Amino acid sequence: MVKIVVPVKQVPEVTEVRMNEETGTLIRDGVPSILNPFDELAVEAAIQLKEKHGGEVTIITMGPPQAKDALLKALAMGGDRAVHLTDRAFAGADTWATALTLAEYIRKEEFDIVICGKQAIDGDTAQVGPELAELLGVPQICYVQKLALSEDGKQVIAQRGTDEGHEVVKAKLPVLLTATKGLNEPRLPNIMGIMKAKQKPFVEVNIEKLGTDPSRLGLKGSPTQVRKVFAPEKKKGGIKIDADNPAAAAKQLVEFLTKKGAI
Amino acid sequence: MGLIYDRDTCTGCMLCPKACNFGAIEKDGDKVKFDLDKCVLCGSCEEVCPVDAIKIERKKVDANEIAQYKNVFVFCETHEGRLRSVALELVTKGRELADKLGEKLVAILIGNDIEEHAQTLIYHGADHVLVVEGKIFTDYTTDAYTIAMTSLIAPRKPAIVLYGATNNGRDLAPRIAARLALGLTADCTGLEIDEARQLVQTRPAFGGNIMAEIISPYTRPQMATVRPNVFKPGEPDTSRKGEIEKVNIEVSPIQVRTRVTEKVSEIVEGMKSVEEADIIVCSGRGIKDPANLELPKQLAKLLDAAIGGSRPIVDMGWLPPTQQVGQSGRTVCPKLYFALGISGAIQHQIGMSSSDIIVAINKDPEAPIFSIADFGIVGDLFTVLPEVIAEVKRVLDSR
Ligand SMILES: Cc1cc2nc3c(=O)[nH]c(=O)nc-3n(C[C@H](O)[C@H](O)[C@H](O)COP(=O)(O)OP(=O)(O)OC[C@H]3O[C@@H](n4cnc5c(N)ncnc54)[C@H](O)[C@@H]3O)c2cc1C
Ligand SMILES: Nc1ncnc2c1ncn2[C@@H]1O[C@H](COP(=O)(O)O)[C@@H](O)[C@H]1O
Repeated sequence: MVKIVVPVKQVPEVTEVRMNEETGTLIRDGVPSILNPFDELAVEAAIQLKEKHGGEVTIITMGPPQAKDALLKALAMGGDRAVHLTDRAFAGADTWATALTLAEYIRKEEFDIVICGKQAIDGDTAQVGPELAELLGVPQICYVQKLALSEDGKQVIAQRGTDEGHEVVKAKLPVLLTATKGLNEPRLPNIMGIMKAKQKPFVEVNIEKLGTDPSRLGLKGSPTQVRKVFAPEKKKGGIKIDADNPAAAAKQLVEFLTKKGAI
Repeated sequence: MGLIYDRDTCTGCMLCPKACNFGAIEKDGDKVKFDLDKCVLCGSCEEVCPVDAIKIERKKVDANEIAQYKNVFVFCETHEGRLRSVALELVTKGRELADKLGEKLVAILIGNDIEEHAQTLIYHGADHVLVVEGKIFTDYTTDAYTIAMTSLIAPRKPAIVLYGATNNGRDLAPRIAARLALGLTADCTGLEIDEARQLVQTRPAFGGNIMAEIISPYTRPQMATVRPNVFKPGEPDTSRKGEIEKVNIEVSPIQVRTRVTEKVSEIVEGMKSVEEADIIVCSGRGIKDPANLELPKQLAKLLDAAIGGSRPIVDMGWLPPTQQVGQSGRTVCPKLYFALGISGAIQHQIGMSSSDIIVAINKDPEAPIFSIADFGIVGDLFTVLPEVIAEVKRVLDSR
């Protein structure tokens, strides 16, 4: 029996987020929201552990009311219950304030394993996982590509991605993991799953229920502050030729590179 | 903390909606209204308002407290006794920041038998090197390294701490940030000191579609992880002098709650690392078949270049993951980058657009890669590339 908590985030489909070059504002209207792809890996990993060892999978998010969709998707995949931390006081949180809010709730639960996604594709920080692990006082194994529990169910054995390849890391429970590409192929929720999801236990938690001093949370509790956003500088294209005569084109290219001292 | 809007004073000049980067201000009759879900209290509106109708109440910055924090610290990662290249990039950039502040640059080395690198770090700009050695630090573990770093940071009170945004750097820095209750900015591509002596951290977000400038006004040290290969390392100056200080930090094995039982390198023998190569020959889906990779390999061999691939090529297993360039692969900035049959999706560009010279061969004249290529050839790579190889050979042979 393992008790697993999976923090998930609803994110915009980032490839569709653009800057309005004229006004310099973010265009987010009409951009679809999805369950963070790395979090799908985390949910799938949790469900697989439960299928093998028995236990319970709790999905948790901190986010605006519409983030409920992300929770429902994770429940439809096979999560058992969901917790939605939602309050205006939580808005505008940076990674520290996000991790703190999640920790304030998760700390009250019994858990053996917390599985986060490696990173959320909107901010791409990969910081909430390790920060949450520290605030919960448990060890962390980040960028997990393979995962198993030891025979006695007291240890995780994880393959962790490194810059050169990978390493195998063991840790006693409780532990926090972050899931990365290759860990599994997340299942698609089926109709039954989607119907059942709506009947599963679902709690909403606001600032009163959480019982934390609001000055520590959300924008107020965030040590970092976004000062400005802007469109990235675009590198300009240079020479562009047609290769009607490949040999001539190649000659022109190599001349260009020699002149630039590149070869 | 919050935004206070005085509707009576507001003249409805409509300067503030234009100044807001976040689309949080809208026209409301002849005045404006604020969407506080979008507002991040950046203060752009307060700045442009000619009649002071907008006021942003902030937490008080305790200037005395902040003034106690001095010097720039850089964590210089080693791997199996070798200094990672990002360490020299950080020392070079850190030197520049320390000079702007008129403070010291302190490099931190943690490991086993790594003291020899201290001198290199001084030659590249460090004033002071803190060396923490011990068997327990041989392999990177979150727990041992966090204890070492927090033991150094807490009493010495640096103003800034920088880490390389490697897998280990991004595992370690947030752990330290959480332990010390600090802000942390991930994967920065720009670092500046502003007029208030704050560290302005620039980083891409939303898959590279936007850039954000981030500050940590209330807490010290200001911490950031820095993307490898963005800042160029400087040339060593062997006349530079600095102090090397050995610091003894005891970590007992029971404090380390994870155990590394196996380490596997996936770097393929003879396959040069894309992060360290001066020239990269990178192939995309246009290469069609793994057997066709012989062609780019020939060019790479001639130029002593590394072989790279776009994500689909790596996903299909035609090249190992260590060779993937882009957002979910490696960030590179070689002197010369060949993009062969690569469309140039934003996620690919993020990883290579700062290359000095970009050459693209693609049969689609509309491919986005051409908008950043210094030299683009519109054509079939299977007819063009053999000619390029022949021409390069001819030129090299004639030297
Ligand atoms: C979260 C996320 C992360 C990602 N991370 C990465 C990443 O790290 N790296 C990465 O590369 N991608 C990444 N991608 C994928 C990226 O969006 C693109 O799908 C990918 O880069 C496309 O690869 P490609 O250019 O090889 O293929 P395609 O887009 O299919 O382009 C192939 C090109 O080859 C040209 N071509 C075909 N035949 C020939 C020929 N005979 N001669 C000349 N030209 C020819 C075509 O005109 C076309 O432009 C990521 C995507 C997401 C959503
Ligand atoms: N608001 C949130 N609610 C729940 N989990 C989150 C939230 N933000 C981040 N996470 C978790 O932390 C991981 C890393 O996110 P990030 O640090 O934002 O890249 C995600 O994949 C989630 O598992």
